[in-house]
Amino acid sequence: MSTHENQESAHAPVKRKEMSRRQFLAYTLGGASAFMAGGAVLPMIRFAVDPLLEKRSAGSFVKVVEESKVKVGEPTEFKFKIHQVDGWYVSDPEQAAWIMKDDNGKIFALSPICKHLGCTIGWNTEKNNEYVCPCHGAHYTVDGKNLSVAPAPLDEYQIKIENGFVYLGDIVPNTRV
Amino acid sequence: MFKSVYNWIDERLDVTPLWRDVADHEVPEHVNPAHHFSAFVYCFGGLTFFITVIQILSGMFLTMYYVPDIINAYASVDYLQHKVPFGSIVRGMHHWGASLVIVMMFLHTLRVFFTGSYKAPREMNWVVGMLIFFIMLGLGFTGYLLPWDNKAYFATKVGIQIADSVPYIGEYIKVFLQGGDIVGATTLTRFFAIHVFFLPGALLALLAAHFLMIRKQGIAGPL
Repeated sequence: MSTHENQESAHAPVKRKEMSRRQFLAYTLGGASAFMAGGAVLPMIRFAVDPLLEKRSAGSFVKVVEESKVKVGEPTEFKFKIHQVDGWYVSDPEQAAWIMKDDNGKIFALSPICKHLGCTIGWNTEKNNEYVCPCHGAHYTVDGKNLSVAPAPLDEYQIKIENGFVYLGDIVPNTRV
Repeated sequence: MFKSVYNWIDERLDVTPLWRDVADHEVPEHVNPAHHFSAFVYCFGGLTFFITVIQILSGMFLTMYYVPDIINAYASVDYLQHKVPFGSIVRGMHHWGASLVIVMMFLHTLRVFFTGSYKAPREMNWVVGMLIFFIMLGLGFTGYLLPWDNKAYFATKVGIQIADSVPYIGEYIKVFLQGGDIVGATTLTRFFAIHVFFLPGALLALLAAHFLMIRKQGIAGPL
């Protein structure tokens, strides 16, 4: 026993900064555990956040109506179908737009979704040449400017005129007010 | 018969200390309605737990018929409510219990607040209780969508719009909750998963912490 101790001290002088066995095992086990936990958890995280990482494709334009049917100064409601992919459901729901030509001959289309709580607005339902929401009484001007209740002006559709037809695209914030 | 079965098991596994440790604990006089009737206010926490257990059980049974799918969700709820015997009872338990949990939890919170039971050394239990409160609100919000009727759809739309109004990260919260660009098929499956697995899991863990802490620290003394 004593000879063994002597041998130990004989080898002692080389003093290196080394990790203890306990520390080494702690790091190794910790690292291995973290690696295995990551291997289990990361796929699930990526799975759950996929909607955040999916590329948003810029919406395509849909043919809605002949330019000649759009009235000057008086909005008309036109219905059209958009192609919608909702997970595993592919459908063509109907959408509506209030389209009119302003005094400068420029055509614009407003979304009928009230900016207050998302009801559907109507034009001139109170005979005062305003958009009116039946739910909580929001009012908008002909340009979609919010007069009461609603916190923001009506959204606009992106618009494109081609070969005498009006095409509508994505819904964007109002650019007229 | 029952006693001999119990003894047979107890001889082998010594289970008596296990349940005795859970069941045998002092209930101080000032929280016992048998001594002072006004002490019934101390029952609200236990009542909240009782209704939570009913929510979990009735919810488990509802999933025997419910389908989280935009075509079939409403039809399956309609079926289990109107065609399945006791369907209106089981769904009624879940429907009314959801509101009752919030009421009981609110009363429990008031009792804890006005008896000052949140003070040191029980601050952590107050915080855990608040986390449970938010989990319950989350359960209410996600469960509301599942019948997939007009009320459910628009309530979720409004709720997600509120989340959307959070500065900077609102848009991400919205897309994450919706699972896409609209409230649709992926929203319903997401809300179902959150309602049935994620939040109940978190709830049970928090409840365990809540109860362990109150057993460890004991009920706060009389006023």
